[in-house]
Amino acid sequence: MKILCVCGLGQGTSLILRMNVEQALGEKGIMADVEHIDLSSATSMSADYIITSNELAESLQDHPAKVIIVNNYFDMDEINAAIENNIPA
Amino acid sequence: MKFLEEKLVALDIPAETPEAAIKAAGDLLVASDLVESGYVEAMVESYRENGPYFVLAPQIALPHARPEDGVKEASVAFVRLKDPVVFGSAANDPVSLVFALGASTSDEHLLVMKELVMLLNNPEKVERLKNINSYEELKIVLGRN
Repeated sequence: MKILCVCGLGQGTSLILRMNVEQALGEKGIMADVEHIDLSSATSMSADYIITSNELAESLQDHPAKVIIVNNYFDMDEINAAIENNIPA
Repeated sequence: MKFLEEKLVALDIPAETPEAAIKAAGDLLVASDLVESGYVEAMVESYRENGPYFVLAPQIALPHARPEDGVKEASVAFVRLKDPVVFGSAANDPVSLVFALGASTSDEHLLVMKELVMLLNNPEKVERLKNINSYEELKIVLGRN
């Protein structure tokens, strides 16, 4: 399973998201290849899931991956719920 | 790496616009010679181009640009705004805590980001950031005393 954590530049915020997504996946025992990347690179990359903010999700509507929105990157409860609701364990 | 050292922290800075808030935090990185002044302009430009996606949690913004925009050392500066500023983030406006990130390609970038995540993943510490009155108090929040 491939998951992209996407932000505008692929440097800062997507890395933060990736750290917390990897922690949540690890606690659930879900194996996944998680990458952090900028929006424009993400549009041409294949993936099973994309996790990103509300603002950037609109630009990824046409991507074949399922797009998962996280509003608070530091809220592990929200990140855990987003994964549970979208990614089968 | 430089993470929230004394010269990289300023409390209750007035700013009326997102651009001014980003600049206030970015200028702390410039003053400590951690980024070039063009990096701050690139942060503002990124906001104008990509919008407020870097407002990552209620009241918290993490403006940054690319390492090649002029980062000398992996670093984070913190400005608490005197009055909250609306960045246009549907979920997390208004912003009062601004962390300017000097994003580098070095391994230190990862360390800086881990420090930041450890701080901001902790809701109790974030609440304390809103109420501290001095750098000494911030050091206690950071566990540096």
